[in-house]
Amino acid sequence: MAEPLLELRGLRKTYGAIVVTDDVNLSVRSGELHAIIGPNGAGKTTLIHQISGSLNSDAGQVLFDGEDVTQLPMHRRVLRGLARSFQITCILPAFSALENVALAVQARSGSSFRFFGDAARERALNEAAMEYLSMVGLAPRARVAGGLLSHGEKRQLELAIGLATQPKLLLLDEPLAGTGHEESLRVVETLQKLKGRITIMLIEHDMDAVFSLADRISVLVYGRVISTDTPERIRANEEVRAAYLGEEEVV
Amino acid sequence: MTELTHMRPASMSSAAARFDLVPFAIFAAFAAAPFLASASGAEGYVLSLLTRVMIFGIAAMSLDLILGYGALVSFGHAAFFGIGAYAVGILASHGIEDALVQVPVALAASAFFAAVTGAISLRTKGVYFIMITLAFAQMLYFLASSLAAYGGDDGLTLPARSLVAGSGLLESDYALYGTTLACLLGAYILLRAVVASRFGRVLRGTKENITRMEAIGFQPFSFQLAAYVISGMIAGLAGCLLANQAEFVSPAFMTWQRSGELIFMVVLGGLGSLHGAIVGAAAFLLLEEFLPEILHAASFFLSDDLRWRLTENWQMVFGPILILIVLFARGGIMGLLRRGHHG
Repeated sequence: MAEPLLELRGLRKTYGAIVVTDDVNLSVRSGELHAIIGPNGAGKTTLIHQISGSLNSDAGQVLFDGEDVTQLPMHRRVLRGLARSFQITCILPAFSALENVALAVQARSGSSFRFFGDAARERALNEAAMEYLSMVGLAPRARVAGGLLSHGEKRQLELAIGLATQPKLLLLDEPLAGTGHEESLRVVETLQKLKGRITIMLIEHDMDAVFSLADRISVLVYGRVISTDTPERIRANEEVRAAYLGEEEVV
Repeated sequence: MTELTHMRPASMSSAAARFDLVPFAIFAAFAAAPFLASASGAEGYVLSLLTRVMIFGIAAMSLDLILGYGALVSFGHAAFFGIGAYAVGILASHGIEDALVQVPVALAASAFFAAVTGAISLRTKGVYFIMITLAFAQMLYFLASSLAAYGGDDGLTLPARSLVAGSGLLESDYALYGTTLACLLGAYILLRAVVASRFGRVLRGTKENITRMEAIGFQPFSFQLAAYVISGMIAGLAGCLLANQAEFVSPAFMTWQRSGELIFMVVLGGLGSLHGAIVGAAAFLLLEEFLPEILHAASFFLSDDLRWRLTENWQMVFGPILILIVLFARGGIMGLLRRGHHG
Protein backbone atom coordinates (compact mmCIF):
# COMPACT_ATOMS: atom_id res chain seq x y z
CA MET A 1 0.00 0.00 0.00
CA ALA A 2 1.25 3.45 -0.87
CA GLU A 3 1.78 6.07 1.81
CA PRO A 4 -1.24 8.33 2.36
CA LEU A 5 -0.56 11.69 0.73
CA LEU A 6 -3.36 13.37 2.63
CA GLU A 7 -4.61 12.33 5.99
CA LEU A 8 -7.46 13.89 7.94
CA ARG A 9 -7.59 13.13 11.64
CA GLY A 10 -10.72 13.93 13.61
CA LEU A 11 -11.47 17.00 11.52
CA ARG A 12 -14.35 19.08 12.82
CA LYS A 13 -16.19 22.27 11.92
CA THR A 14 -19.25 23.70 13.59
CA TYR A 15 -21.37 26.77 12.99
CA GLY A 16 -23.04 27.36 16.32
CA ALA A 17 -24.95 24.20 17.12
CA ILE A 18 -24.71 22.86 13.59
CA VAL A 19 -21.94 20.33 13.08
CA VAL A 20 -20.86 20.59 9.46
CA THR A 21 -17.80 18.39 9.60
CA ASP A 22 -18.09 15.73 12.24
CA ASP A 23 -14.92 13.94 13.27
CA VAL A 24 -13.79 13.15 9.74
CA ASN A 25 -10.98 10.63 9.39
CA LEU A 26 -9.88 10.05 5.85
CA SER A 27 -6.74 9.18 3.97
CA VAL A 28 -5.99 9.74 0.33
CA ARG A 29 -3.29 7.51 -1.09
CA SER A 30 -0.63 8.83 -3.38
CA GLY A 31 -1.66 8.44 -7.01
CA GLU A 32 -5.31 7.59 -6.51
CA LEU A 33 -8.42 9.39 -7.63
CA HIS A 34 -10.50 9.62 -4.51
CA ALA A 35 -14.09 10.77 -4.92
CA ILE A 36 -16.28 12.20 -2.18
CA ILE A 37 -19.99 11.82 -2.69
CA GLY A 38 -22.93 12.58 -0.50
CA PRO A 39 -26.33 14.23 -0.54
CA ASN A 40 -26.68 18.01 -0.75
CA GLY A 41 -25.67 19.69 2.48
CA ALA A 42 -23.46 16.78 3.54
CA GLY A 43 -20.55 19.20 4.04
CA LYS A 44 -18.45 18.23 1.04
CA THR A 45 -17.48 21.75 0.05
CA THR A 46 -16.81 22.69 3.68
CA LEU A 47 -14.44 19.75 3.87
CA ILE A 48 -12.59 20.96 0.76
CA HIS A 49 -12.38 24.45 2.29
CA GLN A 50 -10.85 22.96 5.43
CA ILE A 51 -8.35 20.84 3.51
CA SER A 52 -7.30 23.71 1.23
CA GLY A 53 -7.09 26.16 4.10
CA SER A 54 -9.72 28.70 3.08
CA LEU A 55 -11.60 27.76 6.24
CA ASN A 56 -10.14 27.06 9.69
CA SER A 57 -10.98 23.81 11.43
CA ASP A 58 -12.31 23.77 14.98
CA ALA A 59 -10.54 20.55 15.85
CA GLY A 60 -8.49 17.85 14.23
CA GLN A 61 -5.52 17.74 11.93
CA VAL A 62 -4.77 17.94 8.22
CA LEU A 63 -1.61 16.04 7.39
CA PHE A 64 -0.25 16.57 3.92
CA ASP A 65 2.79 14.79 2.56
CA GLY A 66 3.74 13.71 6.07
CA GLU A 67 3.50 17.19 7.59
CA ASP A 68 0.86 18.90 9.69
CA VAL A 69 -0.52 21.79 7.62
CA THR A 70 -3.57 22.49 9.81
CA GLN A 71 -2.35 25.97 10.76
CA LEU A 72 -1.03 27.05 7.35
CA PRO A 73 -2.97 29.61 5.29
CA MET A 74 -4.19 28.58 1.84
CA HIS A 75 -1.38 30.19 -0.17
CA ARG A 76 1.26 28.33 1.84
CA ARG A 77 -0.50 25.01 1.33
CA VAL A 78 -0.67 25.68 -2.41
CA LEU A 79 3.09 26.14 -2.55
CA ARG A 80 3.47 22.74 -0.86
CA GLY A 81 1.47 21.14 -3.63
CA LEU A 82 -2.09 21.25 -2.43
CA ALA A 83 -4.17 22.95 -5.13
CA ARG A 84 -7.91 23.27 -5.50
CA SER A 85 -10.64 24.32 -7.87
CA PHE A 86 -13.86 25.98 -6.82
CA GLN A 87 -17.48 24.97 -7.08
CA ILE A 88 -18.31 28.47 -8.26
CA THR A 89 -16.00 29.42 -11.10
CA CYS A 90 -13.06 31.40 -9.80
CA ILE A 91 -10.84 32.90 -12.47
CA LEU A 92 -9.42 36.30 -13.37
CA PRO A 93 -12.03 37.52 -15.87
CA ALA A 94 -10.03 40.38 -17.40
CA PHE A 95 -6.92 38.26 -17.94
CA SER A 96 -6.58 36.12 -21.04
CA ALA A 97 -6.81 32.36 -20.56
CA LEU A 98 -3.06 32.22 -21.14
CA GLU A 99 -2.34 34.86 -18.52
CA ASN A 100 -4.60 33.15 -16.02
CA VAL A 101 -2.42 30.08 -16.29
CA ALA A 102 0.88 31.95 -16.71
CA LEU A 103 0.25 33.67 -13.38
CA ALA A 104 -0.08 30.27 -11.70
CA VAL A 105 3.17 29.17 -13.36
CA GLN A 106 4.78 32.39 -12.16
CA ALA A 107 3.78 31.56 -8.57
CA ARG A 108 5.96 28.47 -8.78
CA SER A 109 8.93 29.85 -10.71
CA GLY A 110 11.05 32.40 -8.93
CA SER A 111 10.17 35.53 -7.01
CA SER A 112 7.23 37.64 -8.02
CA PHE A 113 8.77 40.68 -6.32
CA ARG A 114 10.30 41.69 -9.64
CA PHE A 115 9.38 45.23 -10.53
CA PHE A 116 10.90 45.40 -14.01
CA GLY A 117 10.63 43.35 -17.16
CA ASP A 118 7.41 42.62 -19.00
CA ALA A 119 5.86 39.55 -17.35
CA ALA A 120 3.52 39.00 -20.30
CA ARG A 121 6.56 38.43 -22.53
CA GLU A 122 8.36 35.92 -20.33
CA ARG A 123 8.63 33.00 -22.70
CA ALA A 124 9.27 30.35 -20.06
CA LEU A 125 6.05 31.27 -18.28
CA ASN A 126 3.97 31.47 -21.46
CA GLU A 127 5.27 28.22 -22.91
CA ALA A 128 4.55 26.30 -19.73
CA ALA A 129 1.12 27.92 -19.53
CA MET A 130 0.40 26.92 -23.12
CA GLU A 131 1.22 23.31 -22.29
CA TYR A 132 -1.28 23.24 -19.46
CA LEU A 133 -3.90 24.82 -21.70
CA SER A 134 -3.28 22.14 -24.34
CA MET A 135 -3.59 19.49 -21.66
CA VAL A 136 -7.19 20.55 -20.95
CA GLY A 137 -7.94 21.24 -24.62
CA LEU A 138 -8.09 25.00 -24.34
CA ALA A 139 -5.02 25.98 -26.38
CA PRO A 140 -7.02 27.48 -29.28
CA ARG A 141 -8.69 29.86 -26.83
CA ALA A 142 -5.49 31.04 -25.16
CA ARG A 143 -5.87 34.69 -26.19
CA VAL A 144 -9.51 35.02 -25.16
CA ALA A 145 -10.28 36.88 -21.93
CA GLY A 146 -11.23 34.50 -19.13
CA GLY A 147 -14.54 36.25 -18.59
CA LEU A 148 -15.56 35.72 -22.21
CA LEU A 149 -15.10 31.94 -22.21
CA SER A 150 -18.14 29.69 -22.07
CA HIS A 151 -19.02 28.16 -18.73
CA GLY A 152 -17.55 24.80 -19.68
CA GLU A 153 -14.38 26.44 -20.93
CA LYS A 154 -14.04 28.28 -17.64
CA ARG A 155 -14.19 24.94 -15.82
CA GLN A 156 -11.43 23.65 -18.12
CA LEU A 157 -9.44 26.81 -17.49
CA GLU A 158 -9.72 26.31 -13.75
CA LEU A 159 -8.38 22.84 -14.18
CA ALA A 160 -5.42 24.18 -16.18
CA ILE A 161 -4.74 26.81 -13.49
CA GLY A 162 -4.82 24.13 -10.81
CA LEU A 163 -2.40 21.96 -12.78
CA ALA A 164 -0.06 24.90 -13.36
CA THR A 165 0.56 25.17 -9.62
CA GLN A 166 2.24 21.75 -9.96
CA PRO A 167 0.13 20.09 -7.28
CA LYS A 168 0.79 16.76 -5.66
CA LEU A 169 -2.87 16.72 -4.74
CA LEU A 170 -5.60 18.44 -6.71
CA LEU A 171 -8.88 19.08 -4.92
CA LEU A 172 -11.69 19.42 -7.45
CA ASP A 173 -14.99 20.80 -6.20
CA GLU A 174 -17.66 19.77 -8.71
CA PRO A 175 -15.68 20.36 -11.90
CA LEU A 176 -18.69 19.26 -13.95
CA ALA A 177 -21.24 21.53 -12.27
CA GLY A 178 -23.26 23.40 -14.86
CA THR A 179 -21.38 22.09 -17.89
CA GLY A 180 -23.11 20.84 -21.01
CA HIS A 181 -22.94 17.22 -22.11
CA GLU A 182 -20.00 17.61 -24.50
CA GLU A 183 -18.07 19.90 -22.21
CA SER A 184 -18.46 17.47 -19.35
CA LEU A 185 -17.21 14.65 -21.57
CA ARG A 186 -14.12 16.73 -22.33
CA VAL A 187 -13.46 17.38 -18.63
CA VAL A 188 -13.92 13.69 -17.81
CA GLU A 189 -11.54 12.82 -20.61
CA THR A 190 -8.97 15.26 -19.20
CA LEU A 191 -9.35 13.77 -15.72
CA GLN A 192 -8.94 10.31 -17.22
CA LYS A 193 -5.62 11.44 -18.69
CA LEU A 194 -4.46 12.99 -15.41
CA LYS A 195 -5.42 10.00 -13.36
CA GLY A 196 -2.39 8.21 -12.04
CA ARG A 197 -0.11 11.17 -12.80
CA ILE A 198 -1.31 13.25 -9.89
CA THR A 199 -3.44 12.47 -6.88
CA ILE A 200 -6.94 13.85 -7.20
CA MET A 201 -9.70 14.32 -4.68
CA LEU A 202 -12.94 14.81 -6.53
CA ILE A 203 -16.29 16.04 -5.31
CA GLU A 204 -18.95 15.44 -7.91
CA HIS A 205 -22.68 14.89 -8.23
CA ASP A 206 -22.47 13.25 -11.65
CA MET A 207 -22.49 9.60 -10.54
CA ASP A 208 -21.60 8.24 -13.96
CA ALA A 209 -18.43 10.33 -13.92
CA VAL A 210 -17.63 9.42 -10.31
CA PHE A 211 -18.04 5.67 -10.79
CA SER A 212 -16.06 5.64 -14.03
CA LEU A 213 -13.17 7.72 -12.67
CA ALA A 214 -12.73 6.94 -8.99
CA ASP A 215 -10.34 4.39 -7.50
CA ARG A 216 -12.00 4.80 -4.14
CA ILE A 217 -15.08 6.61 -2.96
CA SER A 218 -15.90 8.10 0.42
CA VAL A 219 -19.50 8.79 1.31
CA LEU A 220 -20.18 11.84 3.42
CA VAL A 221 -23.54 12.21 5.16
CA TYR A 222 -24.28 15.05 7.59
CA GLY A 223 -20.58 15.73 8.02
CA ARG A 224 -19.65 12.11 8.74
CA VAL A 225 -17.79 9.68 6.53
CA ILE A 226 -20.04 6.64 6.60
CA SER A 227 -17.99 4.52 4.23
CA THR A 228 -14.80 4.51 2.16
CA ASP A 229 -14.39 1.77 -0.42
CA THR A 230 -14.01 0.82 -4.07
CA PRO A 231 -16.77 1.92 -6.46
CA GLU A 232 -18.17 -1.62 -6.75
CA ARG A 233 -18.54 -2.09 -3.03
CA ILE A 234 -19.94 1.40 -2.50
CA ARG A 235 -22.57 0.69 -5.11
CA ALA A 236 -23.62 -2.39 -3.18
CA ASN A 237 -23.40 -0.80 0.27
CA GLU A 238 -26.74 -0.84 2.11
CA GLU A 239 -25.95 2.09 4.36
CA VAL A 240 -25.04 4.26 1.36
CA ARG A 241 -28.22 3.32 -0.45
CA ALA A 242 -30.20 4.17 2.64
CA ALA A 243 -28.56 7.58 2.92
CA TYR A 244 -29.38 8.47 -0.65
CA LEU A 245 -32.83 6.93 -0.63
CA GLY A 246 -33.57 8.55 2.70
CA GLU A 247 -32.82 11.93 1.22
CA GLU A 248 -35.04 11.32 -1.75
CA GLU A 249 -37.94 10.36 0.48
CA VAL A 250 -37.61 13.61 2.40
CA VAL A 251 -37.51 15.56 -0.85
CA MET B 1 -6.53 67.99 -25.32
CA THR B 2 -8.64 68.66 -28.38
CA GLU B 3 -5.98 67.39 -30.78
CA LEU B 4 -6.21 64.02 -29.09
CA THR B 5 -9.85 63.52 -29.94
CA HIS B 6 -9.12 64.28 -33.58
CA MET B 7 -6.29 61.83 -33.89
CA ARG B 8 -6.71 59.70 -36.96
CA PRO B 9 -7.81 56.20 -36.08
CA ALA B 10 -4.89 54.30 -37.52
CA SER B 11 -5.75 51.00 -39.13
CA MET B 12 -4.15 49.00 -36.36
CA SER B 13 -5.70 45.88 -34.99
CA SER B 14 -5.23 46.57 -31.29
CA ALA B 15 -6.70 49.57 -29.58
CA ALA B 16 -3.93 49.43 -27.01
CA ALA B 17 -1.20 50.15 -29.53
CA ARG B 18 -3.11 53.14 -30.82
CA PHE B 19 -3.40 54.61 -27.36
CA ASP B 20 0.29 54.56 -26.75
CA LEU B 21 0.20 57.85 -28.66
CA VAL B 22 -1.71 59.57 -25.88
CA PRO B 23 1.14 59.61 -23.34
CA PHE B 24 3.50 60.88 -26.05
CA ALA B 25 1.07 63.67 -26.82
CA ILE B 26 0.78 64.54 -23.12
CA PHE B 27 4.52 64.76 -22.56
CA ALA B 28 5.07 66.61 -25.85
CA ALA B 29 2.46 69.16 -24.77
CA PHE B 30 4.14 69.65 -21.38
CA ALA B 31 7.55 69.95 -23.05
CA ALA B 32 6.30 72.55 -25.52
CA ALA B 33 4.34 74.59 -22.97
CA PRO B 34 7.25 76.71 -21.58
CA PHE B 35 8.02 78.01 -25.07
CA LEU B 36 4.40 79.05 -25.49
CA ALA B 37 4.41 80.46 -21.97
CA SER B 38 7.23 82.87 -22.75
CA ALA B 39 5.29 84.06 -25.80
CA SER B 40 2.10 84.58 -23.81
CA GLY B 41 3.49 87.39 -21.69
CA ALA B 42 2.22 85.83 -18.45
CA GLU B 43 4.90 83.22 -18.16
CA GLY B 44 5.11 83.24 -14.38
CA TYR B 45 1.43 82.47 -14.11
CA VAL B 46 1.36 79.85 -16.87
CA LEU B 47 4.46 78.07 -15.57
CA SER B 48 3.27 77.93 -11.99
CA LEU B 49 -0.17 76.67 -13.04
CA LEU B 50 1.27 73.94 -15.25
CA THR B 51 3.84 72.98 -12.63
CA ARG B 52 0.97 72.46 -10.21
CA VAL B 53 -0.86 70.40 -12.83
CA MET B 54 2.15 68.13 -13.25
CA ILE B 55 2.66 67.80 -9.47
CA PHE B 56 -0.93 66.71 -9.02
CA GLY B 57 -0.46 64.46 -12.05
CA ILE B 58 2.39 62.68 -10.25
CA ALA B 59 0.29 62.24 -7.10
CA ALA B 60 -2.80 61.12 -9.00
CA MET B 61 -0.72 58.64 -11.01
CA SER B 62 0.72 57.18 -7.82
CA LEU B 63 -2.82 56.78 -6.51
CA ASP B 64 -3.78 55.09 -9.78
CA LEU B 65 -1.24 52.34 -9.04
CA ILE B 66 -3.18 51.19 -5.97
CA LEU B 67 -6.64 52.39 -6.98
CA GLY B 68 -6.70 51.54 -10.67
CA TYR B 69 -4.50 48.45 -10.62
CA GLY B 70 -5.04 47.18 -7.09
CA ALA B 71 -8.63 48.29 -6.38
CA LEU B 72 -7.49 49.79 -3.07
CA VAL B 73 -9.52 52.94 -2.45
CA SER B 74 -7.15 54.99 -0.31
CA PHE B 75 -8.94 58.05 0.98
CA GLY B 76 -5.85 59.39 2.65
CA HIS B 77 -3.43 59.86 -0.17
CA ALA B 78 -2.98 63.57 0.52
CA ALA B 79 -1.14 62.54 3.70
CA PHE B 80 1.87 61.72 1.51
CA PHE B 81 1.63 65.16 -0.07
CA GLY B 82 1.90 66.53 3.45
CA ILE B 83 4.79 64.28 4.43
CA GLY B 84 6.79 65.30 1.36
CA ALA B 85 6.00 68.98 1.83
CA TYR B 86 6.71 69.02 5.57
CA ALA B 87 9.99 67.15 5.06
CA VAL B 88 11.09 70.05 2.86
CA GLY B 89 9.61 72.71 5.17
CA ILE B 90 10.90 71.34 8.46
CA LEU B 91 14.38 70.57 7.17
CA ALA B 92 14.57 74.00 5.52
CA SER B 93 13.60 75.72 8.78
CA HIS B 94 16.58 73.96 10.38
CA GLY B 95 18.87 75.19 7.64
CA ILE B 96 18.99 71.98 5.64
CA GLU B 97 17.93 73.30 2.29
CA ASP B 98 19.45 70.85 -0.13
CA ALA B 99 17.04 68.66 -2.07
CA LEU B 100 19.65 65.90 -2.04
CA VAL B 101 18.91 65.57 1.68
CA GLN B 102 15.27 66.67 1.70
CA VAL B 103 14.02 64.32 -1.01
CA PRO B 104 15.55 61.11 0.42
CA VAL B 105 14.21 62.06 3.87
CA ALA B 106 10.77 62.71 2.37
CA LEU B 107 10.82 59.39 0.51
CA ALA B 108 11.96 57.48 3.59
CA ALA B 109 9.30 59.14 5.77
CA SER B 110 6.61 58.41 3.16
CA ALA B 111 7.73 54.80 2.88
CA PHE B 112 7.71 54.42 6.65
CA PHE B 113 4.25 55.97 7.03
CA ALA B 114 2.93 53.83 4.16
CA ALA B 115 4.42 50.64 5.56
CA VAL B 116 3.02 51.19 9.04
CA THR B 117 -0.44 52.47 8.10
CA GLY B 118 -0.66 50.09 5.14
CA ALA B 119 0.15 47.07 7.29
CA ILE B 120 -2.80 48.00 9.51
CA SER B 121 -5.23 49.29 6.85
CA LEU B 122 -4.73 46.37 4.48
CA ARG B 123 -6.09 44.00 7.08
CA THR B 124 -9.47 45.57 6.41
CA LYS B 125 -11.46 45.59 3.20
CA GLY B 126 -13.89 47.75 1.29
CA VAL B 127 -15.43 50.64 3.15
CA TYR B 128 -13.36 49.91 6.25
CA PHE B 129 -10.18 50.34 4.24
CA ILE B 130 -11.48 53.69 2.98
CA MET B 131 -12.31 54.84 6.51
CA ILE B 132 -9.06 53.73 8.07
CA THR B 133 -6.87 55.36 5.41
CA LEU B 134 -8.94 58.52 5.91
CA ALA B 135 -8.43 58.28 9.68
CA PHE B 136 -4.66 57.96 9.37
CA ALA B 137 -4.50 60.95 7.05
CA GLN B 138 -6.64 63.04 9.40
CA MET B 139 -4.36 62.06 12.25
CA LEU B 140 -1.42 63.45 10.35
CA TYR B 141 -3.40 66.56 9.45
CA PHE B 142 -4.12 67.32 13.10
CA LEU B 143 -0.54 66.53 14.02
CA ALA B 144 0.68 69.10 11.48
CA SER B 145 -1.88 71.63 12.75
CA SER B 146 -0.54 71.26 16.25
CA LEU B 147 3.13 71.70 15.31
CA ALA B 148 3.41 75.21 16.72
CA ALA B 149 7.13 75.32 16.02
CA TYR B 150 6.41 74.83 12.34
CA GLY B 151 3.55 77.27 11.94
CA GLY B 152 0.71 75.11 13.25
CA ASP B 153 -2.53 75.87 11.47
CA ASP B 154 -1.05 78.78 9.52
CA GLY B 155 1.65 76.73 7.90
CA LEU B 156 5.23 77.54 7.21
CA THR B 157 6.73 79.80 4.57
CA LEU B 158 9.90 78.45 2.98
CA PRO B 159 12.89 80.82 3.15
CA ALA B 160 13.69 79.81 -0.42
CA ARG B 161 13.25 76.91 -2.79
CA SER B 162 15.39 73.84 -2.24
CA LEU B 163 18.99 73.91 -3.35
CA VAL B 164 20.29 71.20 -5.62
CA ALA B 165 23.79 70.15 -4.58
CA GLY B 166 24.31 73.63 -3.18
CA SER B 167 23.15 75.56 -6.24
CA GLY B 168 20.02 77.66 -6.34
CA LEU B 169 18.99 76.16 -9.64
CA LEU B 170 15.31 75.81 -8.75
CA GLU B 171 14.89 79.54 -8.12
CA SER B 172 14.16 79.81 -11.82
CA ASP B 173 10.55 78.94 -12.61
CA TYR B 174 11.72 77.29 -15.81
CA ALA B 175 14.11 75.03 -13.91
CA LEU B 176 11.39 74.03 -11.43
CA TYR B 177 9.07 73.35 -14.34
CA GLY B 178 11.72 71.20 -16.04
CA THR B 179 12.49 69.33 -12.83
CA THR B 180 8.80 68.64 -12.27
CA LEU B 181 8.41 67.45 -15.85
CA ALA B 182 11.40 65.14 -15.39
CA CYS B 183 9.83 63.74 -12.20
CA LEU B 184 6.51 63.27 -13.97
CA LEU B 185 8.18 61.40 -16.82
CA GLY B 186 10.33 59.38 -14.44
CA ALA B 187 7.33 58.40 -12.32
CA TYR B 188 5.37 57.49 -15.42
CA ILE B 189 8.14 55.27 -16.82
CA LEU B 190 8.71 53.64 -13.42
CA LEU B 191 5.01 52.94 -12.82
CA ARG B 192 4.53 51.71 -16.38
CA ALA B 193 7.33 49.19 -15.79
CA VAL B 194 5.96 48.16 -12.39
CA VAL B 195 2.48 47.58 -13.77
CA ALA B 196 3.76 45.30 -16.54
CA SER B 197 6.21 43.43 -14.32
CA ARG B 198 5.68 40.15 -12.50
CA PHE B 199 4.85 42.16 -9.41
CA GLY B 200 2.36 44.30 -11.31
CA ARG B 201 0.68 41.26 -12.76
CA VAL B 202 0.11 39.84 -9.29
CA LEU B 203 -1.25 43.21 -8.14
CA ARG B 204 -3.65 43.32 -11.10
CA GLY B 205 -4.65 39.77 -10.27
CA THR B 206 -5.58 40.73 -6.71
CA LYS B 207 -7.84 43.42 -8.14
CA GLU B 208 -9.64 40.81 -10.24
CA ASN B 209 -10.05 38.01 -7.73
CA ILE B 210 -8.29 37.75 -4.36
CA THR B 211 -9.42 34.17 -3.68
CA ARG B 212 -8.03 32.97 -7.00
CA MET B 213 -4.68 34.59 -6.23
CA GLU B 214 -4.50 32.84 -2.86
CA ALA B 215 -5.51 29.58 -4.50
CA ILE B 216 -2.51 29.73 -6.82
CA GLY B 217 -0.15 30.46 -3.97
CA PHE B 218 0.14 34.24 -3.60
CA GLN B 219 -0.34 36.17 -0.41
CA PRO B 220 -2.14 39.29 -1.66
CA PHE B 221 -1.29 41.29 1.47
CA SER B 222 2.45 41.51 0.82
CA PHE B 223 1.95 42.62 -2.77
CA GLN B 224 -0.66 45.18 -1.82
CA LEU B 225 1.57 46.53 0.92
CA ALA B 226 4.53 46.89 -1.43
CA ALA B 227 2.32 48.70 -3.94
CA TYR B 228 1.05 50.97 -1.16
CA VAL B 229 4.61 51.86 -0.18
CA ILE B 230 5.67 52.57 -3.79
CA SER B 231 2.57 54.67 -4.28
CA GLY B 232 3.15 56.60 -1.05
CA MET B 233 6.77 57.36 -1.92
CA ILE B 234 5.88 58.76 -5.32
CA ALA B 235 3.15 60.91 -3.76
CA GLY B 236 5.74 62.03 -1.19
CA LEU B 237 7.98 63.18 -4.02
CA ALA B 238 5.04 65.16 -5.40
CA GLY B 239 4.75 66.75 -1.94
CA CYS B 240 8.40 67.92 -2.09
CA LEU B 241 7.69 69.52 -5.44
CA LEU B 242 4.47 71.12 -4.20
CA ALA B 243 6.29 72.74 -1.28
CA ASN B 244 8.82 74.19 -3.70
CA GLN B 245 6.19 75.35 -6.14
CA ALA B 246 4.12 77.07 -3.43
CA GLU B 247 7.23 78.07 -1.38
CA PHE B 248 4.91 77.36 1.48
CA VAL B 249 3.82 74.33 3.52
CA SER B 250 0.57 73.97 5.42
CA PRO B 251 -1.71 71.36 6.95
CA ALA B 252 -4.18 72.24 4.18
CA PHE B 253 -2.01 70.13 1.85
CA MET B 254 -3.35 67.01 3.50
CA THR B 255 -7.00 67.69 4.20
CA TRP B 256 -9.44 64.95 3.35
CA GLN B 257 -10.83 67.18 0.61
CA ARG B 258 -7.44 67.01 -1.06
CA SER B 259 -7.47 63.21 -0.83
CA GLY B 260 -10.93 63.24 -2.38
CA GLU B 261 -9.73 65.49 -5.20
CA LEU B 262 -6.93 63.06 -5.97
CA ILE B 263 -9.41 60.18 -6.22
CA PHE B 264 -11.58 62.38 -8.40
CA MET B 265 -8.70 63.18 -10.74
CA VAL B 266 -7.94 59.49 -11.23
CA VAL B 267 -11.57 58.60 -11.87
CA LEU B 268 -12.05 61.65 -14.09
CA GLY B 269 -9.08 60.72 -16.27
CA GLY B 270 -9.86 57.01 -16.30
CA LEU B 271 -8.84 54.35 -13.82
CA GLY B 272 -5.96 52.05 -14.50
CA SER B 273 -4.14 53.71 -17.37
CA LEU B 274 -1.59 55.92 -15.53
CA HIS B 275 -1.61 58.69 -18.16
CA GLY B 276 -5.35 58.96 -17.55
CA ALA B 277 -4.50 60.22 -14.07
CA ILE B 278 -2.35 62.99 -15.57
CA VAL B 279 -5.17 63.95 -17.94
CA GLY B 280 -7.59 63.88 -15.02
CA ALA B 281 -5.38 66.12 -12.88
CA ALA B 282 -5.00 68.56 -15.77
CA ALA B 283 -8.72 68.62 -16.51
CA PHE B 284 -9.62 69.12 -12.86
CA LEU B 285 -7.14 71.90 -12.13
CA LEU B 286 -7.59 73.75 -15.41
CA LEU B 287 -11.35 73.63 -15.10
CA GLU B 288 -11.08 74.89 -11.53
CA GLU B 289 -8.81 77.70 -12.72
CA PHE B 290 -10.68 78.84 -15.79
CA LEU B 291 -14.30 78.02 -15.09
CA PRO B 292 -15.03 81.47 -13.55
CA GLU B 293 -13.70 83.19 -16.68
CA ILE B 294 -15.51 80.80 -18.97
CA LEU B 295 -18.76 81.39 -17.09
CA HIS B 296 -18.24 85.12 -17.22
CA ALA B 297 -17.75 85.04 -20.97
CA ALA B 298 -20.57 82.60 -21.62
CA SER B 299 -23.15 84.54 -19.62
CA PHE B 300 -22.94 87.75 -21.67
CA PHE B 301 -26.70 87.75 -22.15
CA LEU B 302 -27.41 88.04 -18.42
CA SER B 303 -27.62 91.22 -16.41
CA ASP B 304 -24.40 92.41 -14.81
CA ASP B 305 -25.64 91.47 -11.36
CA LEU B 306 -26.57 87.88 -12.29
CA ARG B 307 -23.38 87.52 -14.28
CA TRP B 308 -21.31 88.57 -11.32
CA ARG B 309 -23.12 86.17 -9.02
CA LEU B 310 -22.73 83.27 -11.41
CA THR B 311 -19.01 83.92 -11.74
CA GLU B 312 -18.65 84.30 -7.98
CA ASN B 313 -20.39 80.94 -7.38
CA TRP B 314 -18.63 79.04 -10.14
CA GLN B 315 -18.42 75.96 -7.95
CA MET B 316 -22.17 75.52 -8.37
CA VAL B 317 -21.39 74.75 -12.00
CA PHE B 318 -18.12 72.92 -11.35
CA GLY B 319 -19.74 70.22 -9.21
CA PRO B 320 -22.46 69.26 -11.69
CA ILE B 321 -19.92 69.21 -14.56
CA LEU B 322 -17.81 66.71 -12.65
CA ILE B 323 -20.84 64.59 -11.82
CA LEU B 324 -21.94 64.59 -15.45
CA ILE B 325 -18.51 63.51 -16.66
CA VAL B 326 -18.39 60.63 -14.20
CA LEU B 327 -21.97 59.59 -14.97
CA PHE B 328 -21.81 59.73 -18.72
CA ALA B 329 -18.17 59.08 -19.47
CA ARG B 330 -17.55 55.67 -17.95
CA GLY B 331 -13.84 55.07 -17.97
CA GLY B 332 -13.26 58.82 -17.60
CA ILE B 333 -11.72 61.02 -20.26
CA MET B 334 -9.57 58.14 -21.56
CA GLY B 335 -12.72 56.07 -21.94
CA LEU B 336 -14.32 58.89 -23.87
CA LEU B 337 -11.35 59.06 -26.24
CA ARG B 338 -11.51 55.32 -26.79
CA ARG B 339 -15.20 55.45 -27.63
CA GLY B 340 -14.58 58.33 -30.01
CA HIS B 341 -12.26 56.07 -31.98
CA HIS B 342 -14.68 53.23 -32.25
CA GLY B 343 -17.56 55.22 -33.50
